[in-house]
Amino acid sequence: MALKMVKGSIDRMFDKNLQDLVRGIRNHKEDEAKYISQCIDEIKQELKQDNIAVKANAVCKLTYLQMLGYDISWAAFNIIEVMSASKFTFKRIGYLAASQCFHEGTDVIMLTTNQIRKDLSSPNQYDTGVALTGLSCFVTPDLARDLANDIMTLMSHTKPYIRKKAVLIMYKVFLKYPESLRPAFPRLKEKLEDPDPGVQSAAVNVICELARRNPKNYLSLAPLFFKLMTSSTNNWVLIKIIKLFGALTPLEPRLGKKLIEPLTNLIHSHSQHRDLTGICASVSVLISLSSGMPNHSASIQLCVQKLRILIEDSDQNLKYLGLLAMSKILKTHPKSVQSHKDLILQCLDDKDESIRLRALDLLYGMVSKKNLMEIVKKLMIHVDKAEGTTYRDELLTKIIDICSQSNYQYITNFEWYISILVELTRLEGTRHGHLIAAQMLDVAIRVKAIRRFAVSQMAMLLDNAHLIASNAQRNGICEVLYAAAWICGEFSEHLEEANQTLEAMLRPKVTTLPGHIQAVYVQNMVKLYASILQQKEQAGEKEAAQEITQLMIERLPQFVQSADLEVQERASCILQLIKYIQKLQIKEVPVAEEVIALFAGELNPVAPKAQKKVPVPEGLDLDAWINEPPSDSESEDEKPKTIFHEEEQRHSRHRQPEIDEEELARRREARKQEQANNPFYIKSSPSPQKRYQDTPGVEHIPVVQIDLSVPLKVPGMPMSDQYVKLEEERRHKQKLEKDKKKKKQKKEKRGKHHRHNSLHTESEEDIAPAHHVDIITEEMPENALPSDEDDKDPNDPYKALDIDLDKPLADSEKLPVQRHRNVETLKSPDSEVPLVEKKSKKPKKKEKKHKDKERDKGKKKEKEKKVVEEEEEEKKKSSKHKKKKHKKEKEEKSKDKKKSKKKSHHSEEEPPESVQNGTLEDEPLPVSSCAQTYDIQGNLQNDSQVTVSVIFENKSTSFLKSMELNVLDSLNTKMLRPEGSSVHDGIPVPFQLPPGISNEAQFVFTLQSIVMAQKLKGTLSFIVKNDEGSTHEKLDFKLHFSCASYLITTPCYSDAFAKLLESGDLHMSSIKVDGISISFQHLLAKICFHHHFSVVERVDSCASMYSRSIQGHHVCLLVKKGENSVSIDGKCNDSTLLSNLLDEMKETLSKC
Amino acid sequence: MTSYYLHFSVEEQHDHEESPLSGQPDQVKSEDTQQQIIRETFHLVSKRDENVCNFLEGGLLIGGSDNKLIYRHYATLYFVFCVDSSESELGILDLIQVFVETLDKCFENVCELDLIFHVDKVHNILAEMVMGGMVLETNMNEIVTQIDAQNKLEKSEAGLAGAPARAVSAVKNMNLPEIPRNINIGDISIKVPNLPTFK
Repeated sequence: MALKMVKGSIDRMFDKNLQDLVRGIRNHKEDEAKYISQCIDEIKQELKQDNIAVKANAVCKLTYLQMLGYDISWAAFNIIEVMSASKFTFKRIGYLAASQCFHEGTDVIMLTTNQIRKDLSSPNQYDTGVALTGLSCFVTPDLARDLANDIMTLMSHTKPYIRKKAVLIMYKVFLKYPESLRPAFPRLKEKLEDPDPGVQSAAVNVICELARRNPKNYLSLAPLFFKLMTSSTNNWVLIKIIKLFGALTPLEPRLGKKLIEPLTNLIHSHSQHRDLTGICASVSVLISLSSGMPNHSASIQLCVQKLRILIEDSDQNLKYLGLLAMSKILKTHPKSVQSHKDLILQCLDDKDESIRLRALDLLYGMVSKKNLMEIVKKLMIHVDKAEGTTYRDELLTKIIDICSQSNYQYITNFEWYISILVELTRLEGTRHGHLIAAQMLDVAIRVKAIRRFAVSQMAMLLDNAHLIASNAQRNGICEVLYAAAWICGEFSEHLEEANQTLEAMLRPKVTTLPGHIQAVYVQNMVKLYASILQQKEQAGEKEAAQEITQLMIERLPQFVQSADLEVQERASCILQLIKYIQKLQIKEVPVAEEVIALFAGELNPVAPKAQKKVPVPEGLDLDAWINEPPSDSESEDEKPKTIFHEEEQRHSRHRQPEIDEEELARRREARKQEQANNPFYIKSSPSPQKRYQDTPGVEHIPVVQIDLSVPLKVPGMPMSDQYVKLEEERRHKQKLEKDKKKKKQKKEKRGKHHRHNSLHTESEEDIAPAHHVDIITEEMPENALPSDEDDKDPNDPYKALDIDLDKPLADSEKLPVQRHRNVETLKSPDSEVPLVEKKSKKPKKKEKKHKDKERDKGKKKEKEKKVVEEEEEEKKKSSKHKKKKHKKEKEEKSKDKKKSKKKSHHSEEEPPESVQNGTLEDEPLPVSSCAQTYDIQGNLQNDSQVTVSVIFENKSTSFLKSMELNVLDSLNTKMLRPEGSSVHDGIPVPFQLPPGISNEAQFVFTLQSIVMAQKLKGTLSFIVKNDEGSTHEKLDFKLHFSCASYLITTPCYSDAFAKLLESGDLHMSSIKVDGISISFQHLLAKICFHHHFSVVERVDSCASMYSRSIQGHHVCLLVKKGENSVSIDGKCNDSTLLSNLLDEMKETLSKC
Repeated sequence: MTSYYLHFSVEEQHDHEESPLSGQPDQVKSEDTQQQIIRETFHLVSKRDENVCNFLEGGLLIGGSDNKLIYRHYATLYFVFCVDSSESELGILDLIQVFVETLDKCFENVCELDLIFHVDKVHNILAEMVMGGMVLETNMNEIVTQIDAQNKLEKSEAGLAGAPARAVSAVKNMNLPEIPRNINIGDISIKVPNLPTFK
């Protein structure tokens, strides 16, 4: 055997190792591919050998080849073999290879589950570590589900090295298996206070990553993070926390107030030490804080000031970060950034592209009517200068963004904008042709006054299509031709030389354009043709009309031959149509009117979400079958679908006519009125039925004819010239204006004064666009439903992690546990009591116990973790009948309870509560307003605290707000109030309740002694708001803390139990209850569930049970069932606690 | 940062990259995409001047606007990390520094050929710092301790059987003119000017 091993290793000496491979590749530069394929063959041979060392070596080389871009997925199975090697050396190679080449689609990945589990529980910490590292790269939903529980156990590993890895990987697990988040969260939270800084930082990391996506669920952690922030010395942690606060403050303004001071101090102290990193960090948080508090201008001023220092710094990194931070401020406080425009414009000239991009980003928020043209001009210069398509594309999108923002709010002159767009088409290699096209279409459609100008420009584009198409066919700039063709066709009445344009569109070159553009060409040349026809007919030039028809018939066949279906179909249709027209023309029938009728009516822009927002009419069930689905024959599968679709569309189309005519008229009138009174209203009424209504209110908006003698229409393609000309023109006009009227200000740009001369007095300084251009807003269906839901991306992987973490765990949320790993001799958390597992009679129970033990194993150190849970509820009499039990289980342990038990519990526990309710002083309630449900849980961190979760449900029809919950503290039990408030102050409930809504709030209570049950009186005050006004109401209630609620279900082994009994320092007491008819098993279940005990051992009709209190009292029970009675003997460290517990038990049992 | 891979091109300049296969569902990136990312990143990074900032907004290829490239340049080596907005920019620059210093410690005066010939070791070191795309450890001493412990474990496992193989590889390396120790990656502390230390 040994000989064989040595022989193997000698053989191995002559195998290529990784270094040899690298060397070989470097020596075969000329025929690298050939050399590598040779190596891969060798590797395949090596993988066939039995020797694991040889295999590992081969896999190691494969990993390198993968890095060079070679596919190694064929070796996935061998990689798994190496992963399962017993030696760490090989295992590491295997896991590395797996992390590089495994992904969700790798089918063998499921074979790794057991291997990984084995490694995770390996005694060697590095085996575990390497498995965690590997898993973090290729975790799949299946692996996450199967291993979540194992990883969770590792979070409490004794070695910090493992703990930190386990904590960190949980984020990956959450992403893949969101169900694990809630069960794992309490432990994750614990890790925030881990003694090891590495583990702590990992936990902060994970929670910050989670909170970044769904901050509102993590608000409750704010105090903890605040503490960490003030105490932590680790900059990594600090920055993460500050970032987290950045996300939290907008949701909780009070937090911002609290943070502002320490952070301002932080900035000041950092600036003294020139610790710019610190400044960066704190500035970034101040920014996010300020978004939560719009009025804190002092801090914003400070921020901007500090940022300016950063931006002016010679260090490019700081400059970049300064700009980045500035853009965050811009979102909330545009004013304070705008004053630094000079600085930002200066950054546009920076040699560093990253910085220019940042500056660009800022410009977006800084434009105004005044400076838009100036800024865009600057940007256009940059576009010309720019190298590299990325930056150029970025510039292009920015220009368009800047101009089109808020519905073209800042554009005072659309001719200028159109020429900018036209000029942008000269950009070679841009990916954003479609963007420009969309803008052209949008402007031409929505700004009526500009159409004539736009059409002339577009005609020019079409004329020069060869330049555009040949320059950048691949890069999509030819998309603008789509827009150009459509605009020329649709608004052909504005076209001066339609003939020429039509000819341009019919050029053979056009057939090289992408199909969808050709299709638009074909469609629009008919529109063009129609308008030419009409022109000619009106002018009586029959010859010319026939000529144009002849031209169409000659040229159209080239489109009929197109490979693109759409083009072909449209072309052949139209060809036939035109042939028919020709026939009519020969017969000298006037056809123009009819042809033009084909394209009558105007197209209105429809808002992108309009269709979605059409409310479903009453009585229409979109899910109902309109036609019964046909029988299950496969071939007909598609038929019902089409029927259904058609029907659906028809519905939405017919919806509007269905509205009562009178109502429609009324609405129209109201709208007109509103428009008439609103000078800033920028929508005209283009729909046909309104066009002939000569209401001055709508029609007063003059559609200005633009004087085209002004050389705005610059012919030819050299656009930069044109741009210069435009500029000159603009300046010239400004001068003219100034000459005319001194008070006219600079902002009145070129071209404008034409309009003013003809239409307006020139005294207006800031002209709202509505006065000279009418921008048609996008159409929305009337009574559209206001909803923002559609903004959410349903595919967002982080959405699944939007989970309410404060809600206690439900039974169904347990992590799946592997059963075969039961270890029989584990110790219970309390190591002083050696426990031995008892043979459980219920298999289900057994599983759960095992689970507990596995968890407990990891928890040895934190044995003081207590959970108390009490489920109880209490209601006002008004809501008694509406009781809704809300169950909560926060800690895993409480999950021992079975669902079935839970149900029985419901019916059983309620009667005693009604008794309690009977003792309440029932305030007469004017409105049956509020139902409360609560439950009490032990606090994990503290053995003298319990958390009471109260669910408030508004049963009234009024709105409830300003709720405040107050409790009359007893000596023993006190409600935890925020610092500084007196015992008489209530705690405000952090939400309001609309009718029928329920929400949950948590309150923490501290306890001195737990040996007695407690009752606390409390009051809930709130304001009821309804139509008649608001009234102040109160609701009294009682909180009942039973002794059982202080117990935690703790498993115990029978010999430990025996020892405990023998020890003799326990007090004894017993009770007997008669008239018990239920089965013994049922009875035990009841005790387990209601009183948080676990069964230690059961023999026939006799069982021993165990539980512990949050303060560490052991409670042992011996339950014996007689003929018709049950006797319970109890032993406990504290006699009072015992007798109280037994009393409670008696009460429960007597209800049986 | 969610996942990473290493890359060294066998050219003059070396590009060591950490790239996101981010949390998006289209995580399955073929080797081709990987190579493309590396090529383009290298292209972007290598043409940048010396005294510009260390951040690059990479665009679509690296997963959209939330992600950016953060790099540092040491002589012939580029260390490029691709991170999302949850990471602090200066923090990552510091992390790269820690990484390079760690490499320097583990390889004893590291040179670029060390990295080329021992990619696996570089991976192992990186695995102690970054896990599944998240920063795991930033304390260099801790990282070095763990790496040393693992190396020790590896040695003890190799034991007698490993000795001949080691000897052979030592011999192989001996008559190798192409491993000059003098190609150092340069003075690692001077390359990034004006950066305050980041504790």
